[in-house]
Amino acid sequence: MSGGGSQTLILAGVCISLQHRPLFPPLNLTVHPGEVVTVMGPSGCGKSTLLSYVCGTLAPAFQAEGAVRLGGRDLAGLPLERRRVGILFQDALLFPHLSVAENLAFGLPSGLSRRERQRRVADALLDAELAGLGGRDPAMLSGGQRARVALLRTLLSEPEALVLDEPFSRLDAGLRARMRTFIFEHARQCGLPTLLVTHDSADAQAAGGPVITLGASAAD
Amino acid sequence: MLLALTPALTLFLLLTPIAAGLTGTLLPAFGWLPVVGATRFSLEPWRILLVEPGLWRSLTLTLWTGFATTALALLLALALLATCQHTRWLERIRRALAPLLATPHAALALGLAFLIAPSGWLARWLSPWATGWDRPPDFAAFGPQDPWGVSLILALILKETPYLLFMSLAGLGQLPAGALLTVARSLGYGPVTAFLKVVLPQLYPLIRLPVFAALAFALTVVDVALIIGPSTPPTLAVQALRWFNHPDLHWRLPAAAAAILLTLLTVCSLAGWEGVVRLLARFSRPWLTHGGRGGAGHGFRRLALGAGGLALALASLSVLALFLWSFARRWSFPLVWPEQLTLENWSGQTHQLLEVGWNTFAIGAAATLLALLLSIDCLEHETRRRLTVSGRSLWLLYLPLLVPQVGFLFGVQVLLAWSGLDGGWPALVWTHLLFVLPYVFLSLADPWRAFDRRYEHTALALGASPIRTFWRIKLPMLRGPVAVAAAVGFAVSVAQYLPTLFAGAGRYATISTEAVTLASGANRRIIGVYAVAQAALPLLGFGLALWVARRRER
Repeated sequence: MSGGGSQTLILAGVCISLQHRPLFPPLNLTVHPGEVVTVMGPSGCGKSTLLSYVCGTLAPAFQAEGAVRLGGRDLAGLPLERRRVGILFQDALLFPHLSVAENLAFGLPSGLSRRERQRRVADALLDAELAGLGGRDPAMLSGGQRARVALLRTLLSEPEALVLDEPFSRLDAGLRARMRTFIFEHARQCGLPTLLVTHDSADAQAAGGPVITLGASAAD
Repeated sequence: MLLALTPALTLFLLLTPIAAGLTGTLLPAFGWLPVVGATRFSLEPWRILLVEPGLWRSLTLTLWTGFATTALALLLALALLATCQHTRWLERIRRALAPLLATPHAALALGLAFLIAPSGWLARWLSPWATGWDRPPDFAAFGPQDPWGVSLILALILKETPYLLFMSLAGLGQLPAGALLTVARSLGYGPVTAFLKVVLPQLYPLIRLPVFAALAFALTVVDVALIIGPSTPPTLAVQALRWFNHPDLHWRLPAAAAAILLTLLTVCSLAGWEGVVRLLARFSRPWLTHGGRGGAGHGFRRLALGAGGLALALASLSVLALFLWSFARRWSFPLVWPEQLTLENWSGQTHQLLEVGWNTFAIGAAATLLALLLSIDCLEHETRRRLTVSGRSLWLLYLPLLVPQVGFLFGVQVLLAWSGLDGGWPALVWTHLLFVLPYVFLSLADPWRAFDRRYEHTALALGASPIRTFWRIKLPMLRGPVAVAAAVGFAVSVAQYLPTLFAGAGRYATISTEAVTLASGANRRIIGVYAVAQAALPLLGFGLALWVARRRER
């Protein structure tokens, strides 16, 4: 799988406030290509808010300062679709009106030949252990299969960084370990700087990278 | 309890008038109408209808205005959603919707006529400096001189766009639209393209019935077409009504044939629309996944907001024009403002206004109350039995909105006259109920189903009886949605024209029937009075509903 290359994700002095009360002290962070940095903390500490700032989906009620740079690009002011940051949520969010293969093809960039598109989708299906099942309705897949398709759909769009918003919390325990390996290995292979938000310390352990704990806010 | 019988009773109340009414229209269409001495089945009514010189023109006009209106209104509604979905504009649009939805379409059409007529407000602004007119020009921008019904289309768009927007917003509420858009955008898709490729294919099935209702309405509307539509020839619905009201009662036979023709035309149009939508869906399928990302869509958004803003401005100015005329004493062309204001237009009508106002209020209140009772009973029954309304019963609920009013109200009138029930209150309230009930049910259904049943369970566990739990816990907690549903139902009833005309046998006048009747005259002051009154009643209802919804529990 061809990733976006080897970019570094840098957060410099990032601070987010709600009604002029900072959620956490200014944050400096460098995520190297292929590295997974875990952000932990109790609910309400602002870890998901931090992710939405990185993605460019911060709700207007928040005020934020500090820079987010990706491979020398300043992401400030860029809309979500031009940041080249892939996002994975708790839910796979496969598009129900498209088949599994069409969901994967949705991620592919435009301008590829028909043959090339089919080849990449077939490779991704193989990778997701779904070879030959591209015509399926996503609703017919198991939770693990859906999560794998969601990751591969994101990787096919050739992002330069990956952001994971508690992607394992809806999976049952046995599946969780396998999904961790699957996602982290792909992130490493593609050389993607990866930011993981979780409240499960086992996730952090499996990620193997630096762990940052945001304190509970006063409001919590 | 009676609860178990309510769904059946509700369906009976909705479906029998439609079935009986269609039969009552079919019989005269084939020559059987004993009242006028026609007791032999024949194709004569159809022969008269088909040799009518204006018929084909009427047919094409009906199809053109119906499809153009619905396509443009849907396009505008979806364009606004696609371009504003992720912005703060969405909230502003949502807030602008309520007053537009509450304004009856007849009042809006009258106001629009005041605005765009050759002697209307727009012309006054531009005269004489730009147009050179110091007297009203001798042509009509609508009516006979507007053979393509452009003003009719415009008037209908002003009403249908808010309706389709409202229903689409309700549909979006059932989808994880925000999350799906975020995913698509994180994959690099521009917001508009993301909406079209990811949200729209899932949204359309949820708004299919409202779109059908809008198309059926545009094809068969009578009051708006009477006010602002072409007249030589008029649309098919108006033509049918003209023949029905012909002094020579034998014209009722071709009138019935025309009503049946319009019903068939509507069925075919709905099927045709659905066919085109399916073709579009099939041919756009490769486009969904070929990878094109689209741009930021700023230009597209400006275009959509511009068109939406224009529609809003036209609607607001229309209402304002009505208001000004209702208080104008002298207002000669080309002055922009009235020379003198007066209360006489209103005070001169007090007696008449009070009478038709009371009729309007009483019919609306009775139909709304009945609709509330039936809807709440049905929904309670549904919750207790853990049933949900399936797609098919939703169709039944929409049926009164899809079958042309002209098509079955003719027959209802024939049957009422035959049974001697015409012109009575029960018949009036029942026909209004047909149109009020679907809207009341639809606006109650979502909040009712979303109600957290644990509150009820807690109350029951504390020893309260089911009835007490309903009256003291559930109903007070849901009083907001109930109040809004009541306001919606009342607004629908106030706007009805044809049901009052047919079921009331001309014996009862409401504000709507008065306003439409006056529209053919030339007294803009009196038209203004009735149109403002027609618009004010539903607004009062919504104001009251908001007050009830916001009032804190004692």
